[in-house]
Amino acid sequence: MLKLIFRRVALTLPTFVALMFVTFVAVRMVPGDPIEARTGERGIAPERLAALRHDLGLDQPVWKQFLDYAYGLLHGDFGVSIVTKTPVLHEFLILFPATLELALCALVFAIVLGIPAGVLAAVKRGSVLDHSVMTVALAGYSMPIFWWGLLLIMFVSEYLGLTPVSGRMDLINYYFEPVTGFMLIDSLLSGQEGAFGAAVAHLILPSIVLGTIPLAVIARMTRSSMLEVLGEDYVRTARAKGLSPLRVVGLHALRNALIPVVTVVGLQTGTLLAGAVLTETIFAWPGVGKWLIESISRRDYPALQGGIMLISAIVILVNLIVDMLYVAINPRIRHG
Amino acid sequence: MPLLSIRNLSVTFSTARGPFRAVDGVDLDVEAGELVAIVGESGSGKSVAMLAVMGLLPWTAKVSADRLEFDGRDLLTLSPRERRRIVGRDLAMIFQEPMSSLNPCFTVGFQIREAMAAHLDLSRAQRQARAVELLELVGIPEPERRLKAFPHQLSGGMSQRVMIAMALACKPKLIIADEPTTALDVTIQAQILDLLLRLQRESGVGLVLITHDMGVVAETSQRVCVQYAGQQIEMQPTRGLFRDPHHPYTAALLAALPERASGRLLPSIPGVVPGLADRPRGCLFSPRCRFATDTCRNVPPPRAGAELGFALCHTPLVDGVPQRREMAA
Repeated sequence: MLKLIFRRVALTLPTFVALMFVTFVAVRMVPGDPIEARTGERGIAPERLAALRHDLGLDQPVWKQFLDYAYGLLHGDFGVSIVTKTPVLHEFLILFPATLELALCALVFAIVLGIPAGVLAAVKRGSVLDHSVMTVALAGYSMPIFWWGLLLIMFVSEYLGLTPVSGRMDLINYYFEPVTGFMLIDSLLSGQEGAFGAAVAHLILPSIVLGTIPLAVIARMTRSSMLEVLGEDYVRTARAKGLSPLRVVGLHALRNALIPVVTVVGLQTGTLLAGAVLTETIFAWPGVGKWLIESISRRDYPALQGGIMLISAIVILVNLIVDMLYVAINPRIRHG
Repeated sequence: MPLLSIRNLSVTFSTARGPFRAVDGVDLDVEAGELVAIVGESGSGKSVAMLAVMGLLPWTAKVSADRLEFDGRDLLTLSPRERRRIVGRDLAMIFQEPMSSLNPCFTVGFQIREAMAAHLDLSRAQRQARAVELLELVGIPEPERRLKAFPHQLSGGMSQRVMIAMALACKPKLIIADEPTTALDVTIQAQILDLLLRLQRESGVGLVLITHDMGVVAETSQRVCVQYAGQQIEMQPTRGLFRDPHHPYTAALLAALPERASGRLLPSIPGVVPGLADRPRGCLFSPRCRFATDTCRNVPPPRAGAELGFALCHTPLVDGVPQRREMAA
């Protein structure tokens, strides 16, 4: 087991090197540089531009910039944001809990609805229920996120007035210092009445929007995996024991059907963390995604590079955890 | 009163090409403690008929019968819940593929104890003790350790022993064994069969043995039911069937046994079992029967009486000679 973990971690190293290179190059291929982005249309004196570029080290040859950057990374230094002058790692750690909180809620939403929907569709295959679940799943999968988000805001927030339009917290009524960075936990810790409810209300729409695609993927995967498993001999054995349908389907079949679903959930988790960009932008969610989008328009090279590296590291870590989980739920690998 | 009593059991599958009758008019009585064999080629509906008794057929199957009783209870009118109380406790089944019949995600012990938890009023410790006892009974060494094993760690023969232990867990009255040795190595087959027969003798449980091995039938069973293309074509006490088969198919089947063959070439039955599309109008065996007449090809055969092994034939054989029904009756 330990050997397996070690091998998997070792395998991620080349990924990181390649990633470092790609982000570094891609960021610089965007026209304009941080200074130009900041001065905008006003223009700037050439001497001043050269001086500012020199300060940021942008006048160095690109290969030297890359080596400096790689040297810093190897020492755990993700650089300093050009715009805010704060260390990238520090900024990331402040924003990441918001993204993680949203991603986890979206994932819970997707799993809690997706797996039962997939199971039901498989058990009642060919029925109206099956067809409607699969149609909705297909629609959810094909739905452009920003449009879906706007639709929900228009209908649920504006027309019905059920949820807040944007943000993480109702800052007019509640204010408390972040402790963990997770609004759900912090609002409880603050002891302010209604704060937790407000935090939940703010999370509902973004979670639905972000969780829609994973929900569709999980439901479809669960259904097909379940259909396969339901035809297996051991499911017949379970029924031959006179077990209740709930136990046969929910334990004997589902346990096996979940093996591929866990893989999909893992992959989706990565997508959620990285892909919250649109959702965070729509809902003005102060997370990593929104920060990255802003960093692009500011050409904040260190923030972009560092942010992408950190998110990638987390995605790789999540996949590693999924691999371990996979071993845990599938005895054939454990003893293989 | 027989333990299991089946009259005119039919199973029809709805397929994309229309209904397919996999089992057509099967009658069977099994007394408590009796060993009855069901033989027939692949696709003759042996397994499907018994799965219908267990209630394990997929939803595409429609089961009908004039009578389907187990232990005095009508299985056709029982609610699914009441039926589940019988299945797994009084009525157990052993399947053909032991390797795939055990759930790969759970330990052997969990799967054995599960049936007891569902049906018997035993404590956790009692269930564990019984599971150990069962594994000993089916000849698995180091039972405590084996209970913690996962199915993929067992060989095919071991898995089938576990399946047998599972079937015995709740002390059933009847076990249906669906070709329990077919998927195993030849050397293991004899061991598993011996085990099954020993347990049957010792515990006095009724056993329905589905097989296509006539040798096994001859050695073990008290009664044989022969099936062909979903129909039950003959049923006789085993000795009678081997001495004087009344249906031409049974006769041809016995003639094809290597130990009975006299010439250099092993006799075989020409042709194949009719499928969904090419069913003959009359007797289903008529295209392959060497005694077939025009009547056989055009008119479905009547069922003969007990003295002729309930043969489904226009001209049942007596000592290998076809008899006109009028004469025989």
